[in-house]
Amino acid sequence: MSSVAHVPQDPLPIGPRPAPRALGGHLTAWLRANLFASIPSSIMTLLLLFVLGKACIAFWQWGIANAVWIVSGNDTAACRALRGVGACWAVVPEKYRFILFGTYPFDEQWRPALAVLIFIALFVVSSRRSFWRKELFLLWAAALIVIGCLMWGGFLGLSFVTQDRWGGLPVTLILATFGLAFGFPLGILVALGRRSKLPAIRSLCVLYVELIRGVPLISLLFMASVMFPLFMPDGVNIDKLLRAQIAFILYAGAYLAEVVRGGLQAVSRGQYEAADALGLSYWEKHALIVLPQAIRHVIPPLVNTFIAFFKDTSLVLIIGIFDLLTTAKTAIVDPAWQSFSVEVYLFVGVIYFVFCFAMSRYSRSLEAQRTQG
Amino acid sequence: MTTSTPKRPPARPWRLSLSDPRVAGLFWQILVVAIAVAIVAFLWSNAIHNLSVRRISTGFAFLGREAGMPIADSWIDYTPKDTYLRAFIVGVVNTLRVAVIGIVLATVIGTLVGIARLSSNWLLARLAAVYVEVLRDLPLLLQLLFWYVLMQGLPAARQAFKPVEGVYLSNRGLILPSVPLHEANWWTILALVAGLIVFTFLRRRLIAQQMLDGRARPAWPYALGLVVALPVLVSFLSGASWSITLPELRGFNFVGGLTLAPEYFALLIALVTYTSAFIAEIVRSGIQAVPRGQSEAAKALGLKRGFVLQHIVLPQALRVIIPPMTSQYLNLTKNSSLAVAVGYQDIVSIANTTLNQTGQAIESIALIMMVFLTISLGISLFMNWYNARIALVER
Repeated sequence: MSSVAHVPQDPLPIGPRPAPRALGGHLTAWLRANLFASIPSSIMTLLLLFVLGKACIAFWQWGIANAVWIVSGNDTAACRALRGVGACWAVVPEKYRFILFGTYPFDEQWRPALAVLIFIALFVVSSRRSFWRKELFLLWAAALIVIGCLMWGGFLGLSFVTQDRWGGLPVTLILATFGLAFGFPLGILVALGRRSKLPAIRSLCVLYVELIRGVPLISLLFMASVMFPLFMPDGVNIDKLLRAQIAFILYAGAYLAEVVRGGLQAVSRGQYEAADALGLSYWEKHALIVLPQAIRHVIPPLVNTFIAFFKDTSLVLIIGIFDLLTTAKTAIVDPAWQSFSVEVYLFVGVIYFVFCFAMSRYSRSLEAQRTQG
Repeated sequence: MTTSTPKRPPARPWRLSLSDPRVAGLFWQILVVAIAVAIVAFLWSNAIHNLSVRRISTGFAFLGREAGMPIADSWIDYTPKDTYLRAFIVGVVNTLRVAVIGIVLATVIGTLVGIARLSSNWLLARLAAVYVEVLRDLPLLLQLLFWYVLMQGLPAARQAFKPVEGVYLSNRGLILPSVPLHEANWWTILALVAGLIVFTFLRRRLIAQQMLDGRARPAWPYALGLVVALPVLVSFLSGASWSITLPELRGFNFVGGLTLAPEYFALLIALVTYTSAFIAEIVRSGIQAVPRGQSEAAKALGLKRGFVLQHIVLPQALRVIIPPMTSQYLNLTKNSSLAVAVGYQDIVSIANTTLNQTGQAIESIALIMMVFLTISLGISLFMNWYNARIALVER
């Protein structure tokens, strides 16, 4: 037997190739790779730079160079002289108290301001993973009660303020937060009902979800503001804000139910069967085994639903409830300031943007954690 | 050998106790249904009582009465002397007008922005990202009011912006040149549509034949004949004229041309930009969901760039894109109801006016819901059909 024929000899090791020569320094290399990689890309870059430059210069001239920052009292002659040429930012310091807090008694406006801070603290705490425990529910209940006490008052020397005087940012946050706090459990129940084996319960849940999701939110709000009083017995009169709040809870429940249902479908069958084998009841099985896993699966889409919901609260403008957008629109009814809506909308837009952008960043970081983990 | 058929275990006798799952199931269902029926009955009896106290008659008889509401912007003939029913039809047409055009424009712009986000050009990708982020994180109603205010701040008709000959932008809205459509023009358009349909079927047959023997059969002669020659011939024979009417400034307003009222234009811009931001994200994630190996393998086979995109990447991306796209289309249609905030008379706005004039709250809101449920169902059915068509065929 001959030895194994022809074993190839180890080829001579070849040293690593030298790094490609960068043309120019670091910056030039980056520019070449990212902005001027090819002729069409270069043309696109130059075109975009031209348009961007023009837009920036126009905004600079309108928003900063020619803008009026402060006027005394309601004397807006200086602003009106520059209409279309320069912005009138003076409208913001003049009207911000009204935009943020509506017609809440002026001297008591520290109360809604404190409520807003509690809301923000609540959101920040809830977003931390280390706080995702049972105690969080208690914290939410406590915070919402404190906010209610602050806004209504009527004790400890705080004067009583009725709901129709509430307005601005607190109302937006109240509608969104209470809507979610009550809509979320409702959504979980409906999602469970939709996957139930009992046909009557399942069809009721399907009917509810599809009916609410099939029609625009405005028609639900109209229902709450016009139709709801018709459905109440004589003498029962529910406040307008509360009626809108109920509509929002029903609306949020339907949308959140669909998200939670997606999560329930992602929990594997074995988990259900194992829970059954342990002899857990229906509610124990879902509360202890299924739901914790299901909700963990759908946290990013849940946050996206929260964002959409937060933006949708602005629709109460149409039924005349004083949320942040409505106060902004009302602030410029004042004849002296009538023509400066763009500035006010930009101001309010920044507030909405900060909240939504924070949430969307948060959702993205959660998603990144999940794909890594 | 005898085959023993597996016997089903004998059915367990029912026990009248909640620990029997069948009894428990029945009990809960009856309880929930009873509660639901009780609530509905309670609300209904209240409603009947309240309506009789306020002397509002129920039913849709009011639809036959004279509406007396002016509608500024309508594509079908309408005067305030017409009935409520006709006003509602105008509202439905107005809703569809903004929804259909909005869906088409939002899809085009959203796809472009979504592709731009994946561009290798850093500046273009960044600008597209900013576009998406800003538009997604502001409430649509705020954007709508913003565009409407900008629209009102435009110069009067006499000083209108004129970017191109025949196009005017003023506080009267956007005025475009138009082609007046007479009967002869409609015949030509009909011929074009018929030609397109016949050509589509013909092309499918040609491809089926190519599948059998592998010989390519060119389709362009048929295209030339059916889609170009036929309409031209019909247009010539019927004597259609295709002259373009340019809008003209007479006094304080424009005459001729196609006018997009400021309310309609603002609503369209707001809906299109807002929805396109969401569509851009859907398109981006759809393209990213196609593994890179697919296009690399296709290139390794020597296929051309356009062919790879059209036949390898896009069909796979579409499978991911279509389902979320459907819900965006539904959202756009539902969001078109924000028209009421700027006074564009869509179905919601007209139902709202009717409600205030007649007090028929239940009927008006039921009509809104019926219209939107029908439209939603239509879009869902169409998109599900399309989705099934492009779904992966497994062999």
